[in-house]
Amino acid sequence: MTATLERGLNALREQIDAPVASFFTSCVSCGLCAEACIFYRETEDPKYTPIHKLELMRRIWSNEFTLLGRLKSMVGLGRKVTEQDLKDWEELVYDSCTMCGRCTMVCPVGNDLAMMIRKMREGMSGSGHAPVELIGAAERHSDYGSPMGELHPALHAQIKHAETETGIPIEMNKEGADYLVILSAGEIRDYPEVIGAMAKIFKQAGITWTISDDGFEATNVGIQLGNRDVARTLVSKVVEAAEKLKVKGIISPECGHAYQALRWEGPNLIGRSYDFEVVHIIELLDRLRAEGKLKTKGKASGKITFHDPCQINRRGGINREPRNLLNMVADDFVETEDAGTMNWCCGGGGGVGANERAADLRFKAFNRKKRQFDAVGAEKIVTMCAYCHHTLEEQLELHGDEETEVIGLAEMIGEYLDDEA
Amino acid sequence: MNNPYFDLLMWARGPGFDIALTIMVGGILLRVVEILVLGRKRDLATAKGSPVGQGVKTIFTRSFPRKGLVPFAPITYIGGYIFHIGFAIAFLFLGAHIALIDGLLGLSWPAANRAIVESATALAVIALFALLYTRITDPVRRALSTFGDYLVWLLSLLPLVLGYVAVNKLFGDPTLMMALHILSAEALMVAFPFTKLMHAVTFLMARYYNGSIQGRKGAES
Ligand code: SF4
Ligand code: SF4
Repeated sequence: MTATLERGLNALREQIDAPVASFFTSCVSCGLCAEACIFYRETEDPKYTPIHKLELMRRIWSNEFTLLGRLKSMVGLGRKVTEQDLKDWEELVYDSCTMCGRCTMVCPVGNDLAMMIRKMREGMSGSGHAPVELIGAAERHSDYGSPMGELHPALHAQIKHAETETGIPIEMNKEGADYLVILSAGEIRDYPEVIGAMAKIFKQAGITWTISDDGFEATNVGIQLGNRDVARTLVSKVVEAAEKLKVKGIISPECGHAYQALRWEGPNLIGRSYDFEVVHIIELLDRLRAEGKLKTKGKASGKITFHDPCQINRRGGINREPRNLLNMVADDFVETEDAGTMNWCCGGGGGVGANERAADLRFKAFNRKKRQFDAVGAEKIVTMCAYCHHTLEEQLELHGDEETEVIGLAEMIGEYLDDEA
Repeated sequence: MNNPYFDLLMWARGPGFDIALTIMVGGILLRVVEILVLGRKRDLATAKGSPVGQGVKTIFTRSFPRKGLVPFAPITYIGGYIFHIGFAIAFLFLGAHIALIDGLLGLSWPAANRAIVESATALAVIALFALLYTRITDPVRRALSTFGDYLVWLLSLLPLVLGYVAVNKLFGDPTLMMALHILSAEALMVAFPFTKLMHAVTFLMARYYNGSIQGRKGAES
């Protein structure tokens, strides 16, 4: 057995806990999880059945964590996991799963399949079987602080730009601010308008905020790759920046997995609870709305629909908030079929969007979203994750749609903010 | 006393049953402990919702299908419900079964009339065949199914069919049929802890964990 195989298997073993064992024990092979999965539904290929994607982890559990399996192993029965198996499963675990969690919602016995995929990726990456793009991004992130390389100059330029646009000064590295704002690399590069929007909104609400040079990058490739060490390093940077500046909270930006990484996995990665709050930007905006501190003027005309990012709604519990906000600024807000908790994934999450090999599959998966958007005839799609935003734009174009506009919710609120209020 | 199958029936009702019950109860305990000892790390993220409350709630709510999904797997859903409910009625509301449970646990309740129990049995058997049909013909289910899945199917079918045959004296020697019915139920009991039949116990844990993981985040489950 090679060292990497052994390392991968050990990483898998470490992931098996009581919930995982109860899930594997309970599976009745009913196949219902397949019906929930966008990759199965758009291809009808049985290999994309969620529980099948977990077969290698199931085998290890069965061989080593059950009485019967251990007895079988003793007499040489029970299928072992080989190097070839890991190679074969790489596509299933990384290319055809966005960890969207739809399967988790339908399994009749209650299996949290998405959580198990997240765990299985620890073993896959431990044995070196992960997409090169994610491995590369993890290396860049460790070396330069962002999966897109060195972003400091771009960040500073965008902040300067936002200051000029809004006339509101943005103080970097400000100790004692209410909130530390972090951003996803995608926002800094492609959707920097959100910075100006926040400046205006927070000024109106009387909130002080800052951005830190030490920890401004919210994305966390360690979560997508399935590498706890990388994930921990990246979360630590942000946590340390917040502690150094003594802020009351961190605002998690419009980025799905960044919210999972910092809000839910973070404390477990670093081994302690935070003594500051982590709040998603949309959660915070809705709170300000409820407190009467968010005032908008006018409404966007035309049909507008909303795309729920899986990690923020289904896996993050932020469901009503964006709808409350959207109703403030949209005249004709229509929901697509299955919107809300059971929304379909854009197909780009969980690292799938960065994975070249998955391009065709991603295109196919998006057919469903395209049909749903077409059915409501939306002129504009609003979302609350920069990566969904990017995927929606990319896929709409690939599907021949150059008309439909995509926009982030915070940016849109900024556009309609009542400056005189 | 001349019936040659009488001894077999007596063995099935006596020592056979005791052995099967011991293996089943001991096995289930062992399997449950085997899961629980793996433990789970305390979650250090500050909860937004109620992990425990939602865990418990999900044990119940997950009994209903997610909206819009039934048309995509009608046989699995409808067959699944009919089988589980039919099996439960046949098992829990037949007078002889209640007497058995009363003897073991000192608990009893009124029996259902025979027509209900027999209809439930027949429906459960039909549902089992429908489920087998989709297991074999649907590419997803066929690919997922292992020997264990088919074994569990057979073990669930036999007590229903043999019980029906024995009670109605449809064919064969009634004493033999009754003995075979009991033996088939005992086979089911013995296999229970070591096959997917375990889901009938561990689904409580799985649903609880699912609900508690989602509930902590304030997300639905
Ligand atoms: S998490 Fe989503 S993409 Fe992954 S297997 Fe489940 S339904 Fe499919
Ligand atoms: S839905 Fe649940 S029980 Fe059914 S095959 Fe998938 S994991 Fe197993």
